[in-house]
Amino acid sequence: MKNRKPLSLRVPEPEARPGDTPDFSAMKIPEAGTVRRPDPDSPDHEIRDLAYALIRVLDNDAQAVGPWNPRLDPETLRRGLRVMMLTRAYDDRMYRAQRQGKTSFYMKCTGEEACSIAAAFALDRDDMCFPSYRQQGILIARGYPLVTMMCQVYSNECDPLKGRQLPIMYSSKKDSFFTISGNLGTQFPQAVGWAMASAYKGDDRIAASWIGDGTTAEGDFHQALNFASVYRAPVILNVVNNQWAISSFQGIAGGEETTFASRAIGYGLPGLRVDGNDFLAVYAATEWAATRARDNQGATLIELYTYRVEGHSTSDDPSRYRPSDEGKAWPLGDPIERLKKHLIALGEWSEERHEQTQKDVVDEVRAANKEAESHGTLGAGKMPSVKTMFEDVYEEMPWHIRRQRQQLGV
Amino acid sequence: MATMNMIQAINSAMDVMLTKDPNVLVFGEDVGYFGGVFRATEGLQKKHGLTRCFDTPIGEGGIVAVAIGMGAYGLRPIVEIQFADYIYPAFDQIVSEAARLRYRSAGDFTAPMTVRTPYGGGIFGGQTHSQSPEAIFTHVSGLKTVVPATPYDAKGLLIAAIEDNDPVIFLEPKRIYNGPFDGHHDRPVQPWSKHPASDVPDGYYTVPLGKAAIVREGADLTVLAYGTMVHVALASAEDAQIDAEVIDLRTLLPLDIDTITKSVEKTGRCVIVHEATRTSGFGAELAALVQEYCFHHLEAPIERVTGWDTPYPHAFEWDYFPGPKRVVEAMRRAMEA
Repeated sequence: MKNRKPLSLRVPEPEARPGDTPDFSAMKIPEAGTVRRPDPDSPDHEIRDLAYALIRVLDNDAQAVGPWNPRLDPETLRRGLRVMMLTRAYDDRMYRAQRQGKTSFYMKCTGEEACSIAAAFALDRDDMCFPSYRQQGILIARGYPLVTMMCQVYSNECDPLKGRQLPIMYSSKKDSFFTISGNLGTQFPQAVGWAMASAYKGDDRIAASWIGDGTTAEGDFHQALNFASVYRAPVILNVVNNQWAISSFQGIAGGEETTFASRAIGYGLPGLRVDGNDFLAVYAATEWAATRARDNQGATLIELYTYRVEGHSTSDDPSRYRPSDEGKAWPLGDPIERLKKHLIALGEWSEERHEQTQKDVVDEVRAANKEAESHGTLGAGKMPSVKTMFEDVYEEMPWHIRRQRQQLGV
Repeated sequence: MATMNMIQAINSAMDVMLTKDPNVLVFGEDVGYFGGVFRATEGLQKKHGLTRCFDTPIGEGGIVAVAIGMGAYGLRPIVEIQFADYIYPAFDQIVSEAARLRYRSAGDFTAPMTVRTPYGGGIFGGQTHSQSPEAIFTHVSGLKTVVPATPYDAKGLLIAAIEDNDPVIFLEPKRIYNGPFDGHHDRPVQPWSKHPASDVPDGYYTVPLGKAAIVREGADLTVLAYGTMVHVALASAEDAQIDAEVIDLRTLLPLDIDTITKSVEKTGRCVIVHEATRTSGFGAELAALVQEYCFHHLEAPIERVTGWDTPYPHAFEWDYFPGPKRVVEAMRRAMEA
């Protein structure tokens, strides 16, 4: 061996593990309102700083400040708050339903509600969304019935997906909500294809997609950015950086070396890094990217910086790999609390109204759940007909599947 | 009517559909201005425009994913994967996405796309330009798998595949793009122009998916083949002087089981021929079905003639390729049993 220093292998590790004190001291959090807002038609090479910034609108006094303030009217803010509260109440109820054995699986989006709901508010209702499994807020924002969502989770007789999909893998074409896949990242380049089709047809609708920080390591992420750049597809590509991919912290996906938003730069796309717990910042960034896309300027990559407060799913126990109080120490707070305080600071909301709304959304969820359960829960009560298991594999059932259905005797 | 080789017939199918349906698009690596490495898309960009036939980055997963997204929008994309050997980066998008959209969304979303890809050996392409991966796709519920063996069928089947509302894997036997190679690699190959199936209508027509063709009627035994091996099987029947009934399956899935069973019930003997590796090859499924449906009519064990279970070897092409010598031997074994 030559007289050289031996190499050493580096494996990234998070700042804190169970038993440690949560440590976010390395996070650089600029003051709200300090990041510039260039025109949406700016050339990508002139706005690369935004990929390393953190766009924030709500300051520590709950005021909306700076150039990214979307200046939403109070009624819209109250609607946004209510949808976030409804989504959290829905999540809580369905989580309990899983624990009660009424379904096999559930995934909450607690702490990340703004990432989907503020974006849905900024998009048009017929802009096509290609979500991952933690954007149930889009459907709720678009007024999709809670009962139907619950029936999907329960795989019961009213499940629009006929008991075929894992709970929470919703699909609704009429709500411009693409069928959710359990294979990570596949929807990212599909959204690019949809956007290319919209451009090809001279339509004015755009597409948006969401993946997590962990999924940026998939090839589909890079192919999506490459195709989006090459064909200038009108699409918004969101990376919800919630810090955790099951038990792997975002450094395992390469988040320690640089920001996820900066992945855009190598593809000649704008990258925006946004406080994902700030409803107004998410709204403003989405609106900026949507304006750019509709103006034929192509795609934007948005990193929504947030924290996954709960486990990955009901099958996960996060206390085994991270401090259990890490979520409470998260420096960017909670999206619902922050928007609530903002509305109160505006004189457009109060603790009393908030409490009443909280009661209302819990009641709404409870009533919806009662109705959904009357249609059956997983393995109990009413189910879709077994013979539907053999349908929709193809447009027309081929002989060999028909024969298999006969063999099962249904 | 025109005389076409298989490339021209495939080109004509796409030309017809680009003309007929504004929602049809063609894209893939090198398919635009250049017209594809096998020339299958030659002239289509010039005739139909840049946005209807265009080049893509070298990213098969992205190509198929984009086609899925376009299908969800309402377009009817045709993509070319330059060689079937290059299709594996797109496997997740084909298997977990295109094939499953209709089912998992209960019919809400579909993937009406056609994935064209040249496959098979006999061209000294080595292991990365010679594979026959059809069984990988027939194993996936939700996909249709089609393999033409003549110019006439190639055009009609491709138009049917494009119009089909389910995703179709369209495997083009590249060894017979220019002529019906019969496996006698030491003899000159006839051009398609001397073959009756090179008479191809200029306009629109379809050959239905899921229907096999009896390309040689016979009484002694049944040969099940597809792609290049149809022509090898025909030559082998002549070489062996055996009155074989040769069935060109044309669509592997959904399979035309009726034509197969009728023939085997008549002949009582069955030889299955494919280029792909033997173990878990499509021949295994065919053999299982034939014994399931025709057991009491069988007078001999079912024979399989296939590629060996090795990667496709460059220098040993003709030792690997299941040519007429091996097919004739299998036919004789079946006759003598």
